[in-house]
Amino acid sequence: MMSAYLDFIRIRFIMMLAYRVNYYSGIIIYAINIGAYYFLWQAIYGDKEILAGFTLIQMTTYVAVSWMARAFYFNNLDREIANEIRDGSVSVQLIRPYSYLFVKMMQGFGEGLFRMLLFMIPGMIIVCLIFPVTLPTDPTTWLIYLVMLFFSFLINSQINILTGLFAFFVENNEGMMRMKRVMVDLFSGVVVPIAFFPGWLSAIMQWLPFQAITYLPSSVFTGRTPSSEVLHVFGIQVLWFIGLLIPIWLIWRAARRRLFVQGG
Amino acid sequence: MRYASLFWEYIKNYAKTRLTYRADFWVEVLSDLLFQGMNLIFILIVFQHTSALGGWSEAEVVFVYGFFMIPYGVFSTFFSIWNFSERYIVKGEMDRVLTRPAHSLYQVLLENVDPPSLIGSFVGAIIMALSWGQLDLTFQVMDVLVLLLLILGAVLIYAGLYTALSAISFYSDAPTGIVPLMYNIQNYGRYPVNIYNKIIRFVLTWLLPFAFVGVIPASYFLEKKADDLSQLALLTPVMGIVVFSLGLWFWNHGVKRYRGAGS
Repeated sequence: MMSAYLDFIRIRFIMMLAYRVNYYSGIIIYAINIGAYYFLWQAIYGDKEILAGFTLIQMTTYVAVSWMARAFYFNNLDREIANEIRDGSVSVQLIRPYSYLFVKMMQGFGEGLFRMLLFMIPGMIIVCLIFPVTLPTDPTTWLIYLVMLFFSFLINSQINILTGLFAFFVENNEGMMRMKRVMVDLFSGVVVPIAFFPGWLSAIMQWLPFQAITYLPSSVFTGRTPSSEVLHVFGIQVLWFIGLLIPIWLIWRAARRRLFVQGG
Repeated sequence: MRYASLFWEYIKNYAKTRLTYRADFWVEVLSDLLFQGMNLIFILIVFQHTSALGGWSEAEVVFVYGFFMIPYGVFSTFFSIWNFSERYIVKGEMDRVLTRPAHSLYQVLLENVDPPSLIGSFVGAIIMALSWGQLDLTFQVMDVLVLLLLILGAVLIYAGLYTALSAISFYSDAPTGIVPLMYNIQNYGRYPVNIYNKIIRFVLTWLLPFAFVGVIPASYFLEKKADDLSQLALLTPVMGIVVFSLGLWFWNHGVKRYRGAGS
């Protein structure tokens, strides 16, 4: 049975490979965005050495690695699920002998693997050539980062799945999906590290899953998180991964009873 | 006159389709505002850690951003043709448009009109008014006229650029990915251009004149800076006319080359 699921990873990977040309311009777009924030942060630092615990070099690295992590973990599972619910094809998926959500996760991972190999890694190399990014030299940091990046993907996909499943309850969740995208970009720390947020806002962020997507792994990678706290930070990610399974399970249970297909 | 009544008919039609999904409409407006607000939140957050950005104070940067939102909202209302290549060229809807007597661009624009984006303009105007007071700027009747002229120029610049970008699909069948590219470059225009290096500054001022949509016209109302961008401010309407004429010419030329995508 597991091999069937693994095949979903493979199939999605091959499917993405067919569209690889689209992702070349993606690399340029990400480099442009990183550039915009690089210049902004340079101006923000002015002649200040350190802001919110980040040096300018750490900040540049943070921006580069966060955007490139986004290149990896980003996917449209929410839109895929919502479309399948709206056009009714979810009903066919439900009678097949597999777990629909697990299949979605596998497809997302196939896409993620593609994005990592053809988008994130070449993008990171290009960005490192253009901007003064300093990569960590300690191999354990790299290893921990890779594991945390995997959890970024898991948590982001879980949030996507949750958003997509809302299509069972509201007929058109387009606005909600857009809202989610903005919230993830802002609150995960891609745009501004959470350490820069005003006190009350960062206090709220402590209790939300978004920081586990970008802020925590990128802080570890740039060396802002001291090595004694790395395990603690990783623990937060794992907790969120487990914690998010509960609402997904509950909504999925409620949703299947409610399914009605509009047309199709 | 005929174009005015066409405009009205299109708007009525738009309202009818949108009122079907009322609740979602508001969520969309809200998410659009939040998307715009993200940049504003970025500005507000970073100014908690610094007092100036390349010589511009917080109120000034917010003022520039508020100004930027006005033409951007007008532009997004009338030029939301992001999917032009896909819908009109690949699916062949351009054929239908071309059989009608009104100008093809006019029809395409009105078929995709998106009035909720205007809310962004109102929010921008409010932000600008608030920082106007905060900066203790003088206010004269002439300012309103100049403001309107600058907004018009800025809208024309955006309109011209995106008309030209959409028209590329008349020349090349394959999706070029250049529209999302441009969409990301335009973000550079929202901040004071003097924070960038010379090459980027030159590109943003003269080649892809996104600086003329935000920081240059807005600086007309602000205190003079060392590099004095405000000298260029009154060029905004001229730039607008030039860029839009070029965009329109490129479109018209492209329509002549258009051969349809079969079926």
